[in-house]
Amino acid sequence: MIKIEQLHKSYPIGKDSLHVLKGIDLHIKEGEFVSIMGSSGSGKSTLLNIVGLLDVHDEGNYYLNGQLIKDMNEKKAAQLRNKFLGFVFQSFNLISYKTALENVALPLYYKGINRKERLKIALDYLDQVELKDWANHLPNELSGGQKQRVAIARALVTKPKVVLADEPTGALDSTTTDSVMDLLKDINDKGMTVFVITHEEEVAAQTKRIVRLKDGVIISDELTKAAKAV
Amino acid sequence: MFDLDRWREIFQSINKNRLRSVMSGFTVAFAILLFTLLFGIVSGLSNSFKGAFADDAQNSMRVRVWKTSKPFKGLQTGRRIQLRNDDYNYVADEYANKIQYQSARIYKNFTIKYKNEASTYNVRAVNPDHQFLEKTIIDEGRFLNERDLREKSKSIVIGRLVKEDLFGERPALGKRVNVNGSSYLVIGIFSDEGGDNEERMAYIPVTTAQMMYGNNDYISQIVLGYNPNLSLDRAIAFGNQMERDLRKKLNIHPDDQSALSVRNMAEANKGVGQFMGILYAIVILIGSGTLVAGIIGISNIMIFVIKERTKEFGIRKALGAVPSSIVGMVVQESVLITTIAGYLGLSLGTYILTLIGDSLEEDYFIKDPSVSPGIVIGATIVLILSGLIAGYVPAKRAANIKPIEALRAD
Repeated sequence: MIKIEQLHKSYPIGKDSLHVLKGIDLHIKEGEFVSIMGSSGSGKSTLLNIVGLLDVHDEGNYYLNGQLIKDMNEKKAAQLRNKFLGFVFQSFNLISYKTALENVALPLYYKGINRKERLKIALDYLDQVELKDWANHLPNELSGGQKQRVAIARALVTKPKVVLADEPTGALDSTTTDSVMDLLKDINDKGMTVFVITHEEEVAAQTKRIVRLKDGVIISDELTKAAKAV
Repeated sequence: MFDLDRWREIFQSINKNRLRSVMSGFTVAFAILLFTLLFGIVSGLSNSFKGAFADDAQNSMRVRVWKTSKPFKGLQTGRRIQLRNDDYNYVADEYANKIQYQSARIYKNFTIKYKNEASTYNVRAVNPDHQFLEKTIIDEGRFLNERDLREKSKSIVIGRLVKEDLFGERPALGKRVNVNGSSYLVIGIFSDEGGDNEERMAYIPVTTAQMMYGNNDYISQIVLGYNPNLSLDRAIAFGNQMERDLRKKLNIHPDDQSALSVRNMAEANKGVGQFMGILYAIVILIGSGTLVAGIIGISNIMIFVIKERTKEFGIRKALGAVPSSIVGMVVQESVLITTIAGYLGLSLGTYILTLIGDSLEEDYFIKDPSVSPGIVIGATIVLILSGLIAGYVPAKRAANIKPIEALRAD
């Protein structure tokens, strides 16, 4: 599903440049539940952004669903994101003036689905995250955990191949963290590839494979107990 | 292309961000309001100027004579110049193809009497064409005709106010009035837009006057209407030519303005035309400046708005929005706001102009100020274009920000 070969990325800082990713090789197959661990500055967010087509890499090859990602323009990237990827962000990134239901329906708007259909689908997904009753509330009327569940419903609504979660529990307390992780596990059980970035060991432990990153290189890549238990 | 979903997005965005929308609309509305008022007021001024000349035909010319002020060919200064039928016919023959209407004019001051009512009035002895030169409006009966002149008939056309003075509510047409001791038949009653003085007056045939009062062929003035097909410049040249020819014919020094002069409406028209042209140019300059200021205002607000929404755009892009859909959305929103705001400004402006109406005519020479449909359409196009530009430039830039940077924005 995701295949990365010798990926390099640096950011210019003034005259110098900061080499963030120094040759990453990573292969994630369909249906995997992978977490990327690392302290801040390890390059894990950069990796996710490149995988999520939100940013471009400098060197190396990246294949998404077998397709080589190269010379992407914004339009093509946007279409691929809409088709293959679902995002869950640490800060939820819901649009503040839209209701929960409208937020979930938004990716379907960009897919070109008509309003009636998209609101129906969106309500269905809100139901799956147990927020059907909150459909017409604005984000600021929801708790952190509820917001993240709305964001997850939004990530899932286009039936993406891969769900990318950037510190999905970073802004949540432990109880809500568990409910969000349960939700991600459910998604993975249904066959979707889930790619989580975290710095919390407990969160990583709930995934099936942990890739540890330090200073822009992979230092370990192993299956977890959860994976072995299956 | 009509995309209901797109409109729904836009209305939601406008509705949820009312203050922002109102702010950006306000600058445009205000600019258009000023533009409309400026244009309306100048058109009002223009109307007043046109109205000031409404009394006489726009193409009228007058040959007038007084005393000479310069000696010429051994003739003394102070000689009184007299126009005669001969001069009248000379003008008619010499410039036949440059003249639309021609009339002689003799000024008299007579007491007109009907039964017990009597009063003194200006009486003008004229030719039939005079009706068109003076824009005399016939309310009842008819004006003088060629037959009246041929037969030197004692017919009289009286002004509306003369009729009111002498006849009151009673009918006057076909009645006989006593003019300076002779009996005249009232053949017509007229009104005139030139005001009360023009309506407290009467017309008689020029031939009758020459026969009855002096038995000579004197005339006081020659009144002409130049051929309207002539351009202003050619009409002015015609007037100058006629002035030179007549001075020559009457043995007047070529530069003697006080002996004979031709007053030519073409010159006045040209002057007014130039004046209004300059006024309009100034207004267009100021008006466009105001519009440009409005456009810059909305552009600034749009830049701010788009900065504020950068994160939202980032989210939308992460969810699959292509850049063009974001640019399209912003531009459409901007065009919508400018168009609505502009129309509010335009409507308010025209409403104020209607309220002003003719109330400023007396003191400020502003009569019936209004904006023409052409201006309205032009302003609308400018509005839509300005909305396009104001939205497009910053939106294009925002859409090109990498989504990762947009998402980081706060």
